[in-house]
Amino acid sequence: MQKTLLIIQREYLSRVKKKSFIYMTILGPLLIAGMYAAAIWLAVSGDELAEIKTITVVDDSSVLGTSLADSKTIDYTVINQPIAQAKEDFKTSGKNYLLHISANSESTTTGIELFSEDQPSLSITSKITDDLETIIENRKLLRAGIDKKILDSLKTSISINTIQLTAEGEKDSNTAAAFGIGMLASIIIYMSIFIYGVQVMRGVIEEKTNRIVEVIISSVKPFQLMLGKIIGIAMVGITQFVMWIILTVAISSFVTPLLVSDEAQTKMEQLQTTEQSTSKTSGMLKVVQAISTINFTFILSTFLFYYLGGYLLYSALFAAIGSAVDSETETQQFMLPVTLPLIFAFILSTSFVINNPSSQLSFWLSIIPLTSPIVMMVRVPFGVPAWELALSMALLAGGFVGTVWIAARIYRTGILMYGKKSSFKEMVRWLFYKG
Amino acid sequence: MLSIRNVSKYYAQHCALNDVSIEIAKGSIFGLLGPNGAGKTSLIRIINQITAADSGEVIFDGEPLQAHHIGKIGYLPEERGLYKKMEIGEQMLYLAQLKGLSRAEATKRVKYWFEKLEIQSWWHKKVEELSKGMQQKVQFVATVVHQPPLIILDEPFSGFDPINADLIKNEILELNQNGATIIFSTHRMESVEELCDSIALIHQSKKILDGKVKDIKKQFSTHSYHIAYSGHFDELPENIGTITERTQTDEWQQMILHLAENATPNQLLATLLPQVAIHEFHEIIPSINEIFISQVKKSI
Repeated sequence: MQKTLLIIQREYLSRVKKKSFIYMTILGPLLIAGMYAAAIWLAVSGDELAEIKTITVVDDSSVLGTSLADSKTIDYTVINQPIAQAKEDFKTSGKNYLLHISANSESTTTGIELFSEDQPSLSITSKITDDLETIIENRKLLRAGIDKKILDSLKTSISINTIQLTAEGEKDSNTAAAFGIGMLASIIIYMSIFIYGVQVMRGVIEEKTNRIVEVIISSVKPFQLMLGKIIGIAMVGITQFVMWIILTVAISSFVTPLLVSDEAQTKMEQLQTTEQSTSKTSGMLKVVQAISTINFTFILSTFLFYYLGGYLLYSALFAAIGSAVDSETETQQFMLPVTLPLIFAFILSTSFVINNPSSQLSFWLSIIPLTSPIVMMVRVPFGVPAWELALSMALLAGGFVGTVWIAARIYRTGILMYGKKSSFKEMVRWLFYKG
Repeated sequence: MLSIRNVSKYYAQHCALNDVSIEIAKGSIFGLLGPNGAGKTSLIRIINQITAADSGEVIFDGEPLQAHHIGKIGYLPEERGLYKKMEIGEQMLYLAQLKGLSRAEATKRVKYWFEKLEIQSWWHKKVEELSKGMQQKVQFVATVVHQPPLIILDEPFSGFDPINADLIKNEILELNQNGATIIFSTHRMESVEELCDSIALIHQSKKILDGKVKDIKKQFSTHSYHIAYSGHFDELPENIGTITERTQTDEWQQMILHLAENATPNQLLATLLPQVAIHEFHEIIPSINEIFISQVKKSI
């Protein structure tokens, strides 16, 4: 135990003292804060940045063109010229696009052409399509005898209040907040497993190629060395993570007021006050309210459990890989089966699971130890029955013990094998050697 | 000190050690000899508890080998290595503490050895800044820093220049005089022959010979003598010996002869002295290397 602590201490200190660690710890939050500041800046002055596209409209139908209304991004100008002439003039006109509406476009919904020098962006074509569709639809409705007033009152915007009926009673919930938290948690866990798992593997390979490993394991059990390394690096990960949070909060609260000018700030405040009157912002407000109702202690503690559980499980496997090879270039063939479930879990959790948190597939993925660290954290913010959570945690703990057992057996044989190409078959045989 | 009893070790189909028994006396310098791949390293790893034997047992100082004995063994593996990016002083402290020393005790011991080998200035250097020979010195300190009563050195002199090899040899002898038992493992038998009191020869995972060096030599004595003389001399009486070889150099005549079974060297001299002037007379003693080769050939 004493010796394992020594190993943890060395693994931890040797990494934390490294220049690259210090740089990353300081630069990480700067990057995050920088991105955050850039996002605010863009949100405040984004409309000014966006280029207004100018479009010349040649309208042979003589009804549609005049109804096209200018918007933030598009400026329509209707001209009275034949299309052939307009095409001639377009090159010298300095306009971005030339839109041609044929005489019978309203009835056939065809014969609409957009000319431009460069390839028009998808957002422009879809905006023009939307505008024209709305105009034609409205005209059809008017012709069918529907009053303009009724037409206006048809425009609807709704927001749904989601309330969960649970054993403890009704609970306000918000899908958007749960979505965000689940996504963030799974991304952090996925990245951490990769970054720090690979560090464990590198550490093992380093000890092996340095040939120091035989000196060390004549003093401690290979298992202690492996565990010490895994725990030491886990603590490096947690240290960096905590430092990032502290520094990010500190830097963003200090830098944001500096970056965002007074003018922009008042603009933002105006934006908030004007928005608050509309129904849209009451939705925004609800997200904020929902975030405050989420049980953060609970989320954070389950996050920590799955963060550590997932890391420990995978880093043991990474350690086993490291022990079986002589150099990092040889790791490829062994990496694939280990990283596959990880990538699979990540892709599914950010696409399928987050939209169907209570489905059968989501349930199974959040129970199986290899995928549960990533998948379960997507489900937790949406609410997961206690027994499922307990089962998943128990299985993850069991899975961790199992993989460590397997990894330790591969490890203790692998670290002493030099110059021999290992295969999966060989590694299975190592499991049964007497220690 | 160490008693290895009927130890066998298998790796899949391959047999690394086949029923090997060796006794190593306290305070001795013991040579574990054999060609590459004979099973020496496997045996050493079992003593160091890096791997376990499939059958048989190892008795350390009267009790079966246990985890706590690890701190009483100093091991210099054939494949040497240190953390390249770690400061040497810190690294030595780490390795000493892993052997069970307290930090204070480790600091004292490491400082003592650094002074003794005059390498104090290396404390804050990183291993990658040292030459290979310097690294070997540091590695030697790591092996003996916790004052182990049993020191196992696998190919100790490979990689040392002659000056450092001599220095380390003297340190080893001094440790031995202070009571430490030393095990040398090597395939270069001539390099340790002069140091060892006892040896064991391992070949193809079996022990083929062991005992005190002088006993082994006596056992394999060929009863041959080399004589350089001047003067004229024809034949030896049959009850004294038979001449197997005669050569003539510029100065003297030389011969190699085989002493008869019941004859003594003195009888031989007594026969020769009245006839010729003797300049050189010595028994031809086989080297351990020669004994080993003859034994290996015999076992095939």
